[in-house]
Amino acid sequence: MLVKSDIFRIGRPALRVDALSKVTGQEKYAADYYSPNFVWAAVKRAGVPHARLKNIAVEAARKLPGVLSVLTHKDVPGSNRQGIIFKDQPVLVDTKIRHCGDAIALVLAEDKPTLNKALHLISFDYEPLPAIFDPVKALEERAPLVHEDNSDGNLLQHISVKVGNAKKAFLECTTVIEGSFEVPFQEHAYLETEAGWAYLDEDGRLVIVASTQTPFRDRFEIASALGLNIDKIRVIAPYLGGAFGGKDGLTVQSLLGLAALNSQGRPVKMWWDREESFLAGVKRLPARMYYRLGAKADGTLHALDCRLYFDTGPYAHLSSEIMALAMEHAGGPYRIPHTSIKGWCAYTNNPPGGPFRGFGVPQVTAAMEQMIDMLAAKLKMDPLEIRRQNAVRQGDRNCVGVTLVNSTGALDCLETLAAHPLWQERKKWKESAGPFKRRGVGLACMAHGSGYGPIIPDEANAKIELTDEGKLRIFCGVSDMGQGNASTCLQIAGDILGQDADSMELILPDTDRSLPSGSASASRCTYTYGNALIRAAQAFKQRLFERASTLLMIPTSDDLSLIPGGIRHLPSGKEVPLSQLAQLMDPSERTCTHYYRAPVAQEKLELHSSSKVFGLPHILFSYAAHLTYLEVDELTGEIEIKTYLSVSDCGRVINPQIYEQQIQGGIAQGLGYALSEDFIVEEGKGLTPDLSTYIIPTTLDVPEMVSIPVEIDEPTGPFGLKGIGEISINGPLPAVANALADACGIRISRSPFTPERVLSAMKEKAPHEVKP
Amino acid sequence: MPSDRRVIDILREDLNLTGTKEGCGAGECGACTILVDGESRLSCLMLAAQLEGRSVTTIEGIASEDRLHPLQEAFVEHGAVQCGFCIPGMVLSAVDLLQRNPNPTRMEIRQGLSGNLCRCTGYQKIVDAVEKAAPKMKMGG
Repeated sequence: MLVKSDIFRIGRPALRVDALSKVTGQEKYAADYYSPNFVWAAVKRAGVPHARLKNIAVEAARKLPGVLSVLTHKDVPGSNRQGIIFKDQPVLVDTKIRHCGDAIALVLAEDKPTLNKALHLISFDYEPLPAIFDPVKALEERAPLVHEDNSDGNLLQHISVKVGNAKKAFLECTTVIEGSFEVPFQEHAYLETEAGWAYLDEDGRLVIVASTQTPFRDRFEIASALGLNIDKIRVIAPYLGGAFGGKDGLTVQSLLGLAALNSQGRPVKMWWDREESFLAGVKRLPARMYYRLGAKADGTLHALDCRLYFDTGPYAHLSSEIMALAMEHAGGPYRIPHTSIKGWCAYTNNPPGGPFRGFGVPQVTAAMEQMIDMLAAKLKMDPLEIRRQNAVRQGDRNCVGVTLVNSTGALDCLETLAAHPLWQERKKWKESAGPFKRRGVGLACMAHGSGYGPIIPDEANAKIELTDEGKLRIFCGVSDMGQGNASTCLQIAGDILGQDADSMELILPDTDRSLPSGSASASRCTYTYGNALIRAAQAFKQRLFERASTLLMIPTSDDLSLIPGGIRHLPSGKEVPLSQLAQLMDPSERTCTHYYRAPVAQEKLELHSSSKVFGLPHILFSYAAHLTYLEVDELTGEIEIKTYLSVSDCGRVINPQIYEQQIQGGIAQGLGYALSEDFIVEEGKGLTPDLSTYIIPTTLDVPEMVSIPVEIDEPTGPFGLKGIGEISINGPLPAVANALADACGIRISRSPFTPERVLSAMKEKAPHEVKP
Repeated sequence: MPSDRRVIDILREDLNLTGTKEGCGAGECGACTILVDGESRLSCLMLAAQLEGRSVTTIEGIASEDRLHPLQEAFVEHGAVQCGFCIPGMVLSAVDLLQRNPNPTRMEIRQGLSGNLCRCTGYQKIVDAVEKAAPKMKMGG
């Protein structure tokens, strides 16, 4: 037999409990639902970036045999608006098309061929409008307006934050350098595209099974968009086939809801094909970043000025929050006494921007970590040394002025990296490049703040039940999109309650059964839910012991111990099976819940903004230092990453296997962002619409990775841990850029560093300037 | 059934074998990999007529009654499974690889699996799993 049931223990490798059902093909994702009488639903999309919608011609499609209905905005019962902070996105467009992927009509049909025929038969009249595709130009006076009712024109958000007096401080610097950087869209490219299943149950309630990071919040958005009572909506989130932020918010849910209300009682299936996912799904926000960094003669950082421009595309989504988090990390994990950081987030008619692992931090880390290397070069300082000298410690302030009150392992990461053979032996490696190859090494040091910031509560409600059969039913309240938090729930509960995989059951998020616990995002899944679950498990343990001592007729519960399936009285050896205990407990006692809310930063920043800011500042940060070995081919411009080292401070490691999974996965996505994932958009149209044109890393593109944890206990974290989901994706782009500069003296300000860009830069031997 | 019905749809919709996944419908990602007459093929690019007289093995069919296939065991043990959506196709590609090359180096494993995209793992633990499973397959697993 493969997996011997082992009592879960924090800190020991525990096999993921979902691995078995996934490796046998038994696990059902949202995309795997079918039934004898189901109906397909799909959306006709605009195909033009900016236009006034006139007439929609649906009759030909409606008449097609096998089509149940064709719905337009006229058939949307509620507000027909969805969105997380601002409800600015139509479920089905009524007046104005704002990007090529906007939804025009919804078709319900018996089978896929009929569905596709019907989509082709739908046409619409529109008046093309001048469009805007540049986030900086979008802020100019005469720019075409994406949202005519927005009093700030095309500005979604402007934030300006200061510490000290940067203007004066630059005059005190011996060395000042400037740099400009441009980063593109990044497509999530999860293997399971946006998918869901919906039906009306016997009570007329809308049930939606969706690949979603946000089952609880989804209900609110669906209710207001479709004019439904929130109690009438149930959202179930099975394991997701990847998400990385792209399923944070509504994708198929409101469309499915509308379809289920019109499907004559039949269940509805929606599953975006890869091209539709590329067209309509949110992407990482592209950015243009202008940096000025000043230092004293000995390399001490003294002044920082940043101007950051983000492109949110047609809708607000979470882009203001993405920019806010970016700004908080714009100065990296360094002590900089004087900073002026300004960000502008603009609407355009480009593809929609939204959350993607890292949430703004990969963008600014790409810039700042290159600036540090450029400064080191100018000062003739070692790039590791300059980082060590300026790295923040606990008690320092970050670049927006927040005091780092929690564990701060930036220096520990750098020192661990410095002692590693890969750093020690780098010169020898570089010198042994073959013909036509140049070798370089590159560093990056980074932070990542977890949670939602001071306003939106980062909270969870854990729930545990003792079933009739005496099993402990653990409710995982936060979607598991592959990061393994559901398994970790069992590990935490198993550790405290002394149970193993056989004596526990796991329930994935279901708004009818689990309690609201927030999104699977912001590196908060295990930290926040774990803290709630620990408290619930400890409280439940107490209650179980009290009931057991009654049963055993012993005076105290001090000598009791939980074992898989039972409770043992240690002095006498007497055991009570949990199933027996369950029979003696009132059902109301067999459930235990506990609330937890993560602490927030209390400091007031010197901040001005055009509209309310959520998501800044944070109070808990993970840290990491990365090192990459890079080889570039002088003839082809191709970059090969030979080795990648990551040293991370994410608090204590409760499952070494999951720890490595997260770090390795993030590095791979970061390498794609750095080298091959060139998402090309022209006049609002994506020119890389599928996986043959948008290249994500394969087995041949990701090197052997070394991942080392620096285990500094974080007292506020469950068993001492901090968030780990995002930190590692922040490092690869700047590490690779720095290694490329080390290898052949070129720096390319516009990523990804494709062979064409590398060759072109090698020829010019000068960086491409990005036009402000 | 129509002779041009895609094999992936026959498996998932007609036979209720949803273990085989669709990731792109265009033969780019490898998620739909199955074994046809023992060799790996992309089911999203195959049509019903092409199955005439041939045997098909999906992910549901490689474990025996009482035990997982050595590759499945290795994938679980070595942490090769995260979201899991690429895994059925990845496992079957690995079966095919080890049939053709029972003792591959890590680079040969990477080459053999280069047609299977994974967005979660960074591939390292998948390579670990295949490397560890190889000797077990030779022993008759």
